[in-house]
Amino acid sequence: MKNHVLRPLFAVIGIIVLVLAARIFYVPKDFGVHERGYMYGWYRKANIEDWKKVQVKYQGAEYCKDCHDKNYGAIKKSPHQNIQCENCHGPAGTAEGIVHFDSDKLPKLTVDKSRQQCLRCHYPLPYPSSGRSKIKGIDPDKHNPDIECSMCHNPHHPNLEGMR
Amino acid sequence: MITRRDFLKKTVTIAGVAVPLAAFEIIDPEKLFAQVAAEKTKVRWVFLVDTYKCVGCGFCVKACKNENEVPYDANVTRTWVERYVLTKDGRLFADTPKGARDGFATTRIDLGLGKYQDIKKDNIEKAYFVPKLCNQCENPPCVQVCPVGATYQAPDGVVLVDRTWCIGCGYCIMACPYGVRFFHPVHHTAEKCNFCYHRITKGMKTACVEACAFGARKIGNIKDPNDPVTKIIRTERVGVLKSEFGTKPQAFYIGLDEEVR
Ligand code: HEC
Ligand code: HEC
Ligand code: HEC
Ligand code: HEC
Repeated sequence: MKNHVLRPLFAVIGIIVLVLAARIFYVPKDFGVHERGYMYGWYRKANIEDWKKVQVKYQGAEYCKDCHDKNYGAIKKSPHQNIQCENCHGPAGTAEGIVHFDSDKLPKLTVDKSRQQCLRCHYPLPYPSSGRSKIKGIDPDKHNPDIECSMCHNPHHPNLEGMR
Repeated sequence: MITRRDFLKKTVTIAGVAVPLAAFEIIDPEKLFAQVAAEKTKVRWVFLVDTYKCVGCGFCVKACKNENEVPYDANVTRTWVERYVLTKDGRLFADTPKGARDGFATTRIDLGLGKYQDIKKDNIEKAYFVPKLCNQCENPPCVQVCPVGATYQAPDGVVLVDRTWCIGCGYCIMACPYGVRFFHPVHHTAEKCNFCYHRITKGMKTACVEACAFGARKIGNIKDPNDPVTKIIRTERVGVLKSEFGTKPQAFYIGLDEEVR
């Protein structure tokens, strides 16, 4: 009997058996081949539910409507009607699931008055086939520099007639 | 010299060990083929980008980072907006500073390494913005290369990453021809756009679609013939990125140009 040949062989087989046994305990039951087959659908099924559980942060303008009806009403009658409140004020919800003004743990929303915020759209870029060239642009170095835009323009109702 | 007796003894031992090994199910080929055939889902998410409408405000990028908890100041993002500028003298410039998180409030092109190129208005031949995100390919190469089954295609077509399963090898990041994958700075696992899976499965729009004031981004279900996005994709001229790779990308673009990579 050539023991020096067989012993390492048994050791290797033993390790393989151990790994396979450990695999039974370690790999969850729902891990395996699913709808899209082995190439695209080999995964742990419960992960789909994990992803669905992520907190929704952005609530949408309709959510703000009832409490901030003045700003909501104003913006809907202005050229800014399609801009979401939360674009400028940040998301109303947090990763922990607290939403702006549903309790006393209210996350404060930011009021960003920076000129930079408005220049995202109003910095003039003359790009012929892009929607950008159709938005009225102002040169920030010449158009009342160093004063916040909202000192003169109402961000929720920027209509030039009836300015502040 | 191996004797007949030795040979038989060894064969029996090895066969004896091998039998219980086979009892451990790893992949059952029968199940495997049965499931490939069974493709009868009612939802297949697709994306539609209209590059004519995009103004490069970058609110989609801001919303995406906040919604999906991608650290705001880290230079990684699930979606981004590229600017392309072609000059009259035939040069092409493209940039996406910080993924356009703060929009484009300058005519200067960011060439990287702190260098900028200003392009005079009269020298612009063609210029536009192109929002980018995961194409949720029908044949996702990133999924094919994953050695552990941590990234996969959900039945509705969205490619997801299992953070508890990802070992961070980075193969998928290399495999994606569109460069949409990166390492999450906090979780240290592969990260990518998943069409805001937690929103679309609740009947909401993705954060980027909702943030877009110009209708440049739309999400739809291609298996629903009455979906407005489906109608546009079926009846209008739309293109996809890098079709030569055979990945069958499912983000469709209106106004795609040759320069867009
Ligand atoms: C349930 C009612 C309610 C809803 C819904 C609500 N808010 Fe408010 N919000 C308030 C109240 C009350 C305050 C005043 C808090 C204070 O003065 O401290 C406030 C304050 C604010 C402020 C000013 C914060 C500051 O520091 O001055 C902003 C901006 C704001 N809300 C934006 C929004 C947006 C955007 C939404 C929609 C996503 C929204 N709110 C939804 C009740 C609400
Ligand atoms: C284009 C960016 C922008 C959008 C969109 C926007 N806001 Fe504002 N919001 C501002 C700015 C800037 C201020 C600070 C105004 C000031 O200094 O007078 C502000 C102030 C506020 C305040 C503080 C109190 C006040 O009325 O001045 C509230 C509340 C508020 N916004 C709610 C909303 C709601 C609700 C919406 C959506 C209907 C909305 N905002 C959309 C930019 C925006
Ligand atoms: C000192 C007050 C003041 C400030 C500050 C100010 N504006 Fe104005 N803005 C005006 C007035 C007045 C007009 C209308 C007359 C005109 O066209 O100059 C105007 C016009 C505009 C127009 C329309 C231009 C057109 O072609 O009709 C836009 C867009 C605009 N402003 C954006 C901004 C932005 C963005 C900022 C901040 C970066 C800003 N404004 C800051 C007073 C101001
Ligand atoms: C998401 C892009 C976007 C942002 C951000 C934005 N605007 Fe506008 N704004 C528009 C569009 C679109 C129009 C309508 C087209 C036009 O008149 O240029 C407009 C129109 C205007 C007008 C002209 C209104 C008129 O009657 O002609 C003013 C003034 C203005 N915005 C000021 C601001 C100010 C101040 C801010 C920052 C608080 C701001 N905008 C932020 C997109 C934006």
